[in-house]
Amino acid sequence: MEVNLNSRYPNISRYGIFLAFVLICLALALSTPRFFTLSNLLIIGTQVSINALLAFGVTFVIITGGIDLSLGSMVAITGVVAALFAHPDTYPLAVPLFAGLGAGLLLGAFNGLVITKSKVPPFIVTLGTMTIGRGLALILSKGRPISNLSDSFNFIGGGNILGIPFPIVILVLAFIICAIILNKTVLGRYMYAVGGNEPAARASGINVSRVKMWVYSICGLLSAVGGILLTSRITTGQPNAGAGFELDAIAAAIIGGTSTSGGTGTMTGTLMGALLIGVISNSLDLLNVTSYYQQVVMGVIIIGAVVLDSAGKTGT
Amino acid sequence: MSEFILRVNQLSKSFSGVKALDNVQFNLKRGEVHALMGENGAGKSTFMKILIGLMAPDSGEVLFEGESIKDFNVHHIQKKGISMIHQEILIVPELTVAQNIFLGRERENSGKKGLFSGWLNDSTINRKASELMQQLGVNIAADTQMRNLSIAQMQMVEIAKAISNDAKVIIMDEPTSAISDKEVSTLFDIIRNLREKSVSIIYISHKMDEIFEISDTITVLRDGKYIATKAAAELDRNSLIAMMVGREIDQMFPEKINGFGKKVLSVNNLNKKGKFSGISFEVRAGEILGLAGLMGAGRTEIARAIFGLDTLDSGEIQISGHKKDINSPQEALRQGIGYVSEDRKRLGFIPQMSVKENITLSSLAKHKKRFFISEESELYATDQMILDLKIKTSGADQKVVNLSGGNQQKVVIGKVLLASPSIIILDEPTRGVDVGAKFEIYKLIRGLAKEGIAIIMISSELPEILGMCDRILVLSKGKPTALLSKQEATQELIMKYAVA
Repeated sequence: MEVNLNSRYPNISRYGIFLAFVLICLALALSTPRFFTLSNLLIIGTQVSINALLAFGVTFVIITGGIDLSLGSMVAITGVVAALFAHPDTYPLAVPLFAGLGAGLLLGAFNGLVITKSKVPPFIVTLGTMTIGRGLALILSKGRPISNLSDSFNFIGGGNILGIPFPIVILVLAFIICAIILNKTVLGRYMYAVGGNEPAARASGINVSRVKMWVYSICGLLSAVGGILLTSRITTGQPNAGAGFELDAIAAAIIGGTSTSGGTGTMTGTLMGALLIGVISNSLDLLNVTSYYQQVVMGVIIIGAVVLDSAGKTGT
Repeated sequence: MSEFILRVNQLSKSFSGVKALDNVQFNLKRGEVHALMGENGAGKSTFMKILIGLMAPDSGEVLFEGESIKDFNVHHIQKKGISMIHQEILIVPELTVAQNIFLGRERENSGKKGLFSGWLNDSTINRKASELMQQLGVNIAADTQMRNLSIAQMQMVEIAKAISNDAKVIIMDEPTSAISDKEVSTLFDIIRNLREKSVSIIYISHKMDEIFEISDTITVLRDGKYIATKAAAELDRNSLIAMMVGREIDQMFPEKINGFGKKVLSVNNLNKKGKFSGISFEVRAGEILGLAGLMGAGRTEIARAIFGLDTLDSGEIQISGHKKDINSPQEALRQGIGYVSEDRKRLGFIPQMSVKENITLSSLAKHKKRFFISEESELYATDQMILDLKIKTSGADQKVVNLSGGNQQKVVIGKVLLASPSIIILDEPTRGVDVGAKFEIYKLIRGLAKEGIAIIMISSELPEILGMCDRILVLSKGKPTALLSKQEATQELIMKYAVA
């Protein structure tokens, strides 16, 4: 019984998720005329953008065999930090952007540092950071939403370029960059190696700690992009924003075929996963299904995707 | 009652069109030790998997005590009395010896009836386990936590478990691959003891000496086909190898043809508490230095420390006359030291990755154009290695897990070679590798020495050490006991110093 480990590009989830996505889109287009309209598709794209950004970040982390639970809190704190500098007629736009991104990078690097130095499991470290991040967001905002942000800042989440919402532009750019990092760079290859077999990666001369520092930092940075987008879209820095976002992001990665045991996963898969989640919640909205049912449906899809994936691996 | 407990007739099994087993026959007598031999890929593991019910054959017949087995299912077959001691031992380390032996059969063995059988009481199973241990003549306390046992002791527990299952046939897959010589002799005592109790053993191993020491009968498979069954007494090493590979191997170890160059590596008084102390040696370009000793002599630990996988307490490492601090494998590779680990699965390769991705893993920086990995450069280097090392693979994109042990080992060696080392440490380079591939690996090592690479070779197989090495450093309990030249070294001499 050969163990089939052709799961780096698992057929069932690589094509299966794509197929599922197309089928669901077709079904929706037939059942509600409002689904397949340009304006609705752009709405979906915008709604999906933040989750997709976080999912890209967490895909890197999960491929190395780790996990990051602090994404949602990082969205909140980076949003709050950006908002603090984004009031009209105070600083130029670059300042809130770099402040937000810097905060995300710092927290991500903090995750990476503690995980590589202490050998405490990532689950626990990022669980701690999740609470720390939330607390810091509340401290910095004094527990209140930060409103009155500049127009240029609000463009990021609410503006258009040639009719395309700006969040979608960011989403596409981030996807391209992340896919290139994962597939074309040494760092990306090392991520697969570390997640596939960490002792062997180390014995092959890979600086495992540095790879981990990178993935958690990138994850923090992408969370910050998400945090800034969200703050800009709702035109307020919300210390309570982003709660539970980490789980949606992890769900997107898993639906997209990323294995939680590390070593496998693709950015395309994760993008599909995020889109699938977005399309389903959008369509359930269109079909007037209450959000309570939406949660049930989403859970079934997560489990279903992994069941299909593991069935594909054992060759049944 | 028939003389044979197990008869297998015309067994065939194909995987996606490839015949793994082709009309194989096999007859096992009561109370015999029957060795099953063949190179990797000969069909041994498929055969075993059918026997223990992990898969069903496409055609053919398995008769156990005269009764044809229809239902190929692990539990069903275990109940009938066929058990397997796996190469990788399957235990729960947190549980005790007794709890492991009766795992999954607690209710039947709790000594209580009905509803109360789920109420566990360790004293009953401890008593039963102690009886089993006594039967085997092993001294392991039933309430010891499994994690505190050596691999050899765990094996004994597995055997005890098989006996408690009333096993009439016990299959042992490479049982000595991870235990010391002394433990091997205990294992063999147990096997002889089982044989006297009319238990039949199917014994799989690559180690020739063991096969001739323990087995009564030998069956050889090659390329999925049955070749022959002979009494062990009728065969010798060479005739057995010839049957396995289908040709004569008159010369197992290739001739040494090169001289030595300059001193490349010298280590001075290396110490690591509890592992080794006072280790000094040097290796010249083109030289093969052997590290010999029993399990636990500290050979692997020394290699790991030189390669930066573990830290040294004290001592100095010089490369080409310059003192170097090596604190990570990354640094070791940068200084020109490569390491091929004895633990291929854990430290050798990344299972999810292809031959190409594994083989370039230690030298990716060389296959980079600006920020990106150059696919052409990678593919070129990989194809070159596949040719040079004669790696049998369907291509550079084949997954390494799907290769045979010998070819996996070649991929790992190729990975190290692509990092252009001047020193290579080979730790048990032919472990789990079949005879034909062994010979190729020996040739490969010779070739590397000829190219001027300094080689340190660790091996538990004395013929291999004697056949390959120019000098042999013998270790005992972490201390050097002798440095022998090729001319003076003999198996007896090495053993004498290894147990000193």
